[in-house]
Amino acid sequence: MDDLLQEFVAETRETLEALSGEIVAWEASPGDRARLDAIFRFVHTVKGSCGFLDLPRLERLSHAAEDALAQVRDGTRIPDSRLVNAVLGIVDRIGEIVEAIDGGHALDHSGEDLLIAALEEGAAEAPDAVASIARHSARSVRLSVDLLDRMMSGMSDMVLARNELARQLREIDCGPVVEGALERLSATVADMRDAVTRTRMQKLDALFSALPRVVRDTATKLDKMVTLQIEGADVELDREMIEAMRDPLVHIIRNAIDHGIETPDERLGVGKPAAGRLTIAARQTGNQIVIEIMDDGRGIDVAGVIARLAATGDRSEAQLHALSERAKLALIFEPGLTTKDTASDVSGRGVGMDVVRSSVDQIGGRIDLQNSPGRGLHIVLHLPLTLSIISAVTVGAGSHRFAIPRQSVEEIVNAAGRNIRVDRFGTGDVATVRGRKYPLVHLGELLGIAERAATATGMLVIVGVGTGSYAMAVDTVFDTEELVIKPAAPQVVASGVYGGQTLPDNGQPMLVLDTAGVAARADVRFGLHNAFDAGEEEESEDPGMPLLLFLDLDGQQRSIPLDVVDRIEKARAEAVSMSGGRLRIDRDGTLITLVVTGDVPDKGQIALLRLNCGLGEMAYAVREAFDIVYVHDAVTPGEPGAVAGVAMIEGEPVEMIDPNWLFDQFRGSVPARHAAPLCLIAGGEDGWMRNFIGPLMESAGYRTAFRLDDEMPDMVIVREGDAVKGVPPARHIHLTDRRDNAETSGSIFRYDRNALLNAAKDRVAKAG
Amino acid sequence: MEGLYLIARIAGQMVAIDSDQVESVIDLSDVTPIPLAPDHVVGISAIRSRVVTVIDSCAALGRAPAEATGRAIIVGLEGHYYAVLVEDVEDVLPFIATPLPDGIVLDPQWRELGRGFVDRDGEPLLIIDPTGIVSACPSEP
Repeated sequence: MDDLLQEFVAETRETLEALSGEIVAWEASPGDRARLDAIFRFVHTVKGSCGFLDLPRLERLSHAAEDALAQVRDGTRIPDSRLVNAVLGIVDRIGEIVEAIDGGHALDHSGEDLLIAALEEGAAEAPDAVASIARHSARSVRLSVDLLDRMMSGMSDMVLARNELARQLREIDCGPVVEGALERLSATVADMRDAVTRTRMQKLDALFSALPRVVRDTATKLDKMVTLQIEGADVELDREMIEAMRDPLVHIIRNAIDHGIETPDERLGVGKPAAGRLTIAARQTGNQIVIEIMDDGRGIDVAGVIARLAATGDRSEAQLHALSERAKLALIFEPGLTTKDTASDVSGRGVGMDVVRSSVDQIGGRIDLQNSPGRGLHIVLHLPLTLSIISAVTVGAGSHRFAIPRQSVEEIVNAAGRNIRVDRFGTGDVATVRGRKYPLVHLGELLGIAERAATATGMLVIVGVGTGSYAMAVDTVFDTEELVIKPAAPQVVASGVYGGQTLPDNGQPMLVLDTAGVAARADVRFGLHNAFDAGEEEESEDPGMPLLLFLDLDGQQRSIPLDVVDRIEKARAEAVSMSGGRLRIDRDGTLITLVVTGDVPDKGQIALLRLNCGLGEMAYAVREAFDIVYVHDAVTPGEPGAVAGVAMIEGEPVEMIDPNWLFDQFRGSVPARHAAPLCLIAGGEDGWMRNFIGPLMESAGYRTAFRLDDEMPDMVIVREGDAVKGVPPARHIHLTDRRDNAETSGSIFRYDRNALLNAAKDRVAKAG
Repeated sequence: MEGLYLIARIAGQMVAIDSDQVESVIDLSDVTPIPLAPDHVVGISAIRSRVVTVIDSCAALGRAPAEATGRAIIVGLEGHYYAVLVEDVEDVLPFIATPLPDGIVLDPQWRELGRGFVDRDGEPLLIIDPTGIVSACPSEP
């Protein structure tokens, strides 16, 4: 039987057992709201699961019962014993069908219509329930978690004992027979461990794999378009936790699609793409598992929720409006709330959210809501970490070893490698990895176990923490292993840099770094600078433009966009000379064009900002570079010349050097024949041509233009069928959308990067 | 009420600890230090497959460090296990506990931990709550 179906059966059976007491109590006092809510949630959950598992009979029954119960909850119907009987009849029937599904035998439809009809107001008494089917013997057993825990810790002991035995035997050289036996033991132990671990752990994938279908079905029913993105499905979690999260997650997703995401027409009307985006991401952070559900729909209409609650509940609108923002948002968890007038098949009764909250509360979790009206809703589920298995990278700093969750590691590079540079700006270091700059955190120094190395040694681990990435300098990277992570003691976690502890096979306990905590401890902030108000959410998402602040040769403080600075070097002023009418500086025997503002001192040390202009080597000389700042505000433009404008930095106006002016200065120094071939990209209004082909050609060393100027281009890139007048046809490169067309028509498939670059080379050769 | 008490020397003081609060007495071998942890948290160590947090009771109580013997008692608190370093464990004996008499002068740290007294052959021993050492927040020197 399908895993999902089996889980549904086991779960429904269990809830039914728990519910039987409630049903009897409800029968005794039909006005009891808490009992009513419990039964209502049960039929609602069954309805939801049935839609998903394609069980139309159960869905019909539960939907009918739900309708009747919803009327009672709304207060439009008074529960009487007849209704109670009818609902009980349905609940019993659900139980019978579930047993039939489990047993794999048929159950006839007779009486179901009568059962549903009995729910109608003023209907005749429900028929007596069909005789119970004998319960099928269960194919699964339920064990206490304590027992599983004992099994797991026994297993870990066994692994450690095996390792110790292997060590001892290696020392005494015991011969092939014993070695063979040990090998067999090792293999068995490994198998056993895998099995035992799986009794408690499951990949989140087990939870997430069903979601694409849920999203698709829900969206289709509602005539909406939704793209779903799932991240972090590899994290392994306690089975208990996964089971507890299954229904809440489905409820949240259905709500997001039904209430949050607008119809394609509405979306286009407000300037959003027709397809809504739904992102589900899971990660382990600190002693928690965080599951985020983000949609880009209309968000929660807080005023609407309040109006609705005031209409049905016992609090007035004014009372509700007086609540804090947080409390207002939390109103969506009120039982029985709906923000829609008609109950849809999908959600619409608002029942989801109170179920969600009670499930999350039950396992000791917490829900956070971040509502951006008109822009979407961001729901964050924080679940306690009981234990989890993650793939982790072990690193060494000084004599210590730590684990870093593999999920947050973007890449690992050797600090001494090519394309890697480490520069000091002010008190902080910046690592440049293939042109991208990262704040650098020295792990050993941060933890107070080692001095910061004077030169770049060891490895750089590039770590992504959601809001940004940073480089963590460590001495060694050992290995990637699967580790069972358990929570660490509060005294250990207090420093904020550890997220848990683990006991690897070598028996030496190890701490797991909380990468976000490390960044916070190192005061690495992404997108925030204290000179600017960080209150706006938009601002914190956009870090602004990074500027390098420096003291220029004329004593002025100036800045330059950090992106054009390749690296910073120290140099002797004596190496600067005037040759060929230009300032140049001798760098290891190569003369490099130098641009300055002010006078170069006769001797002493200067700093060179090595600039990356794509055409060759050049540098701008300054006294010293001292900081990186982020500016959000537009730079006030200045006169044409060296200074592009003035940026306000911490209240002080600071001139910003115009990189284009610098490059012009440089170009003037390069003989014309060195100028890179010009590539005209026609159809630049097409974003793909401009954003993809443009940078591609530039990175390959060509100059690009998007319209025909005085200069005759060496080649023109156009879409198939287009042409640019005034340029010889032989210089055209045609792009096609169809790969199969490419060979016959002489065009190039638009994604075939190599063919495009070869064609470009070919045109240049012919033009030259 | 009679109960079994563990007689141990902690931070230079002979004390009695209710044996129900002690999981086991062990000799620690390897302790992995924890950078940035509070002074009284020595590190983590593995007792078979269980990872415990090692607490230096002298530092926790603001006492001068005693000679390290590696001997520790394992106590549980809020789902975590701790190895509390002790200098010596003498015996486990049945005693009848008596409440702390009024007006007794004790160091504030010991007063916090004190739960009563037992009488060992005329020598009064303070009964302490070992979880108090774990949750102690030694004031900054």
